[in-house]
Amino acid sequence: MDLSFQIQGGDFTSAGTASSQVRRALKELGVDAGVIKRVVVALYEAEVNIVAHAYKGNITARIDPERVFLKLVDEGPGIADIEKAMTPGFSTASQAVREMGFGAGMGLPNICRNADVFNIHSVPGKGTTVEITIQII
Amino acid sequence: MDQEINPFHHALRIRKEVCIGCSRCMRVCPTEALRVIDGKATLHPEWCVDCGECFNVCPVKAIVVEDDDIAKIFRYKHRILLVPSVFFAQFEEKLTLDAIKGILYDMGFTELCTVEQGADLLVDEINRYIAESEEEKPVISSFCPAVVRLVQVRFPSFADRIMRLIPPLEITAQYYRSEYEKNGVPLDDVGIFYVTPCAAKIAAIKAPVGGYESPINGVINMSELYNKVFLAYKQKGTNENEHCTLIHSSLSSTGVRWATTGGEAMNVRGRSLAIDSMPNVIEFLERLENEEIKGIDFLELRACDMSCCGGILVQDNRFLIQERIDKMAAELPEKHALDQEFRNVCSGYIPMDRVEPRAMVKYHSDITIALQRMEESRRLRRMLPDIDCGACGAPSCEALADDIVCNRASLDHCVILHAHEADSGMMEKIWGKKRFLKK
Repeated sequence: MDLSFQIQGGDFTSAGTASSQVRRALKELGVDAGVIKRVVVALYEAEVNIVAHAYKGNITARIDPERVFLKLVDEGPGIADIEKAMTPGFSTASQAVREMGFGAGMGLPNICRNADVFNIHSVPGKGTTVEITIQII
Repeated sequence: MDQEINPFHHALRIRKEVCIGCSRCMRVCPTEALRVIDGKATLHPEWCVDCGECFNVCPVKAIVVEDDDIAKIFRYKHRILLVPSVFFAQFEEKLTLDAIKGILYDMGFTELCTVEQGADLLVDEINRYIAESEEEKPVISSFCPAVVRLVQVRFPSFADRIMRLIPPLEITAQYYRSEYEKNGVPLDDVGIFYVTPCAAKIAAIKAPVGGYESPINGVINMSELYNKVFLAYKQKGTNENEHCTLIHSSLSSTGVRWATTGGEAMNVRGRSLAIDSMPNVIEFLERLENEEIKGIDFLELRACDMSCCGGILVQDNRFLIQERIDKMAAELPEKHALDQEFRNVCSGYIPMDRVEPRAMVKYHSDITIALQRMEESRRLRRMLPDIDCGACGAPSCEALADDIVCNRASLDHCVILHAHEADSGMMEKIWGKKRFLKK
């Protein structure tokens, strides 16, 4: 089953809609609570990344009996150095944003930690594609 | 105990002979546990959490609370009544506490005890529990049994966070039972009764969670007792009974406020929130489950609006009751007179198992079948008008689609689709053309 969502950059009010809907579907399917939590954490982080950094994006969640596959495609500035972005603690956020409690540099590492398979591909000036697979069984 | 203990014991019953099938109850049920079938409201017992929203909206009183007959007290020589503060707060000021006690004594009770005496020691124990708990935060209060059941059914992943401490009512019941035991009274002679403001507390006493067995022998309906007391007052006035040795009414300001909104949370160190009424509780738990809320230590969650002041069996307006309780609290000491004795003999810590989740199986326990059904349900929803009129006997178009894929209903049940077939012009004038396009 496929669920898809459109994300607008800067719309923090709606951030969390995709993760909330996917969580609800997984819960109704009787998926293990620990698995749901990993999906929600990874998807929420990735969703907020689009809202915070990109202009707009698309999220597709494919739910199979064995796994959840999430694909997030955005149009945005892209990531120049992915290796650096994956380093825990590395952040492009300004001091002011950090003082507000955001931009701790744990976004991508956190997604990676909760995923069974994680792929990221980015073209600076074009956008970023993130693929996350989490096994249900 | 009269009733058999089973995990789905419910304190609410639908009297089919009275039910007019109006569907009001079906629309307010927070777990969508009700349907109208053959003209009668029908309950899905595994999904019911005993919150009593249905009881509140029933226009013909077809939903009744399964309480104990007050005559049951005469099976015991010592008849102890545990009275919550909201009971006293229902009465107008001219009916004094002493007058109410006198009337209850005349009814046959031999001792009256205020329920929230157990709260004072619980304050320290809750703070200790939160500090020592290894479960993920926030700790969810075990006070409101409808909330405990809601968590089991709709938020099973939070079952571990429910505080494994018994509420003040049970602490107080344990205390008085041990007092009689200490004085050499055979326990068969001791009947402990509780006046309940809601149905959920009855379910909690008759079918407790966590392997706990309540020492309470019977539960009395607050609405019925209110009427009995008020009638006696109207007929006989307030002749204060001099034989009345009803003691143990001492209460603290903490205790008297316990069952009101914020009554627990205000005593908890760290970040704690007090949330009342079912829709608010569900909204918050949804957000918590969505990982959007962090850093909260304790949640006081109550099913009723204004907590127990708005209990389904409580008479008078909930705001007036809150006001009377606030007034009482202003005149009470911080600790009650028996606090130390309570601490010597009882505690909220009892050997208690974790609260078991009892998640609702929505489609099927086999995920492959569940997925097929979910997809089919989503396809059906695009055909349904999304009006949630309830005329099909299900609370929403979504619930009907789910019922259809689980073979409990058919698309034929949709009255709107039939009406559109018969007269598309009229229906489209009301609901718009787009509504009936196959999406």
